[in-house]
Amino acid sequence: MLAYLIRRLGQSFLVMAVMATIVFFGLYMVGNPIDLLINPEDDLAAQEEAIRRLGLDQPVYIQFLQFLKGVATGNLGVSFVHNTPALELILSRLPATLELAFFAMLFAVLIGIPLGMFAGLYPKSPGSRIIMGGSIIGFSTPNFWQGLMLIMLFAVFWRVLPSGGRGETTELFGVPVSFLTLDGLKHLILPALNLAIFKISLVIRLSRAGTAEVSLQDYVKYARARGLSEKRVVGVHILKNILIPVVTVLGLELGNVIAFAVVTETVFAWPGIGKLLIDSIGLLDRPVVVAYMMLTVFMFVMINFFVDMAYSMLDPRIRIKAGKA
Amino acid sequence: MSTIPVESPFKRFAEDFFSSPTAVIAGFGVLVIACLAIFAGPISPQNPYDLAEINIMDGSLPPGSVGFDGFYYLLGTDEQGRDMLSAMIYGLRISLSVSLIAVGSAVFIGMSLGMLAAWAGGRIESLIMRAVDIQLSFPTLLVALLLLAILGKGVDKVIIALVLVQWAYFARTVRAAALVEIRKDYVMAARCLALHPMRILFGHVMPNCLPPIIVIATVQVANAIAIEASLSFLGVGVPITEPSLGLLISNGFGYLLSGRYWISFYPGVMLLVTLVCINVVGDHIREILNPRTKK
Repeated sequence: MLAYLIRRLGQSFLVMAVMATIVFFGLYMVGNPIDLLINPEDDLAAQEEAIRRLGLDQPVYIQFLQFLKGVATGNLGVSFVHNTPALELILSRLPATLELAFFAMLFAVLIGIPLGMFAGLYPKSPGSRIIMGGSIIGFSTPNFWQGLMLIMLFAVFWRVLPSGGRGETTELFGVPVSFLTLDGLKHLILPALNLAIFKISLVIRLSRAGTAEVSLQDYVKYARARGLSEKRVVGVHILKNILIPVVTVLGLELGNVIAFAVVTETVFAWPGIGKLLIDSIGLLDRPVVVAYMMLTVFMFVMINFFVDMAYSMLDPRIRIKAGKA
Repeated sequence: MSTIPVESPFKRFAEDFFSSPTAVIAGFGVLVIACLAIFAGPISPQNPYDLAEINIMDGSLPPGSVGFDGFYYLLGTDEQGRDMLSAMIYGLRISLSVSLIAVGSAVFIGMSLGMLAAWAGGRIESLIMRAVDIQLSFPTLLVALLLLAILGKGVDKVIIALVLVQWAYFARTVRAAALVEIRKDYVMAARCLALHPMRILFGHVMPNCLPPIIVIATVQVANAIAIEASLSFLGVGVPITEPSLGLLISNGFGYLLSGRYWISFYPGVMLLVTLVCINVVGDHIREILNPRTKK
């Protein structure tokens, strides 16, 4: 077990190191941030001062060494545009993204499971066909277009919800959140729903398949034979048993939610880390893009590491096989 | 003496395919979409990128309007007075060609590496399969987005990014299929004939690995179209000179809030129809080719 853990940890570290190198050298060739960030009408001395301040006058390898040192110490450079440490900037935007992701997951569970259970219990009814057809469309349409259509319907035609922004925020344990005020909640609904649509489709499929399978089990037949109400059979005996796969898959989808938040945040101008990334790419704000990449790679490497560890603890075959390879 | 009629595999496949009306409709849809993209020039009412044909006086007309010089705009016009229907047909061509080239290359690279892994075994195999594992542990959209943040805009770069996020699916599937095939007698026979490994792999093993690849490739074409559209929407995809469906939708985004919905609505509908048709056909092919779901 320890050998496997060390090997797996080494591999995670290698992935991080390779990504850091690719990211840095790749971005170095994109364009020259000097052209974008320094006022060409400044006099020469001011321009040179700015270049020195941003560290852009150093040779590439020195910039790279400084970058590596920064990665190791959690200092990923200072944003060219905002003039604050890049990591700090991202962390300050993180609560908005997490709030969005959390509500998207909540919608996925609250909307997806009942619809999926209905489709599983009454597979022949027209309602189920509509639900399943809707889930195919939910899978097939690109996320950003769904967002545009939500804006078109709710913000432009019916004028009931705002089209973008975060609205009024309040502090909860020192972190700004939207969902505690009515205005913030109104701003939250559309983006969270947009981010949730794909997950809702996924949960519908999982819970429909689960319900169809579980309702044939003996304990469900027995529960019915005991004369329990249909509400109790469905709400307790079936629901509890379809939750396991749903929760597992949704847990693994958490990373994807963060990735797709980039699209949703751009559509709804939601001030999270995804919007920050897209803005920074456009402005060639290299430190922020690099910091975002390193943070996401780190996050995914950690998620995968813990999932693998959990699996190997539960299933000894994995660690034995990996130990031999 | 009567002989038992032998059904060719293709005939059986065709019969299975035509047994489902939904799949036939979707297949017909794919055919129409392909024709639209191939014959975009003669089919579309105007050439939306020929400045002599578009009229700035006809800018932002709603669907069904008649333009300044009597031109009928079925789906309206955009800000520059471009016929939306024509722009969509040309956009479809760009979306489809980008994703077909990308998936084709990804199939080739993934298949070669997958077969190499199955054939060589040992260190080469574990190296390739570790790379596949790592690749698949990151969400495709995020990897493509970050790659394009590094590479910059451009059709060629979008294709590179799509290939890089898709090759792993094919490599993994082909390796699994090839591992089974390589142990079979015909491969042993080919080896005894001292054929070159390249010939055995590409001439003998590859054709037998194709069915699962066809299924995955169909679904991946739809995925590639969707990813390309998302990337273009985010502003890191194709350049403004070659607008795909995603970029058309993105351009219409700004006008959506002022009620001019058609500039981004109709390209989105076309994207949706394309993706649903391809996915339905892909699902059905999977059902036919999978012996377990066969009745």
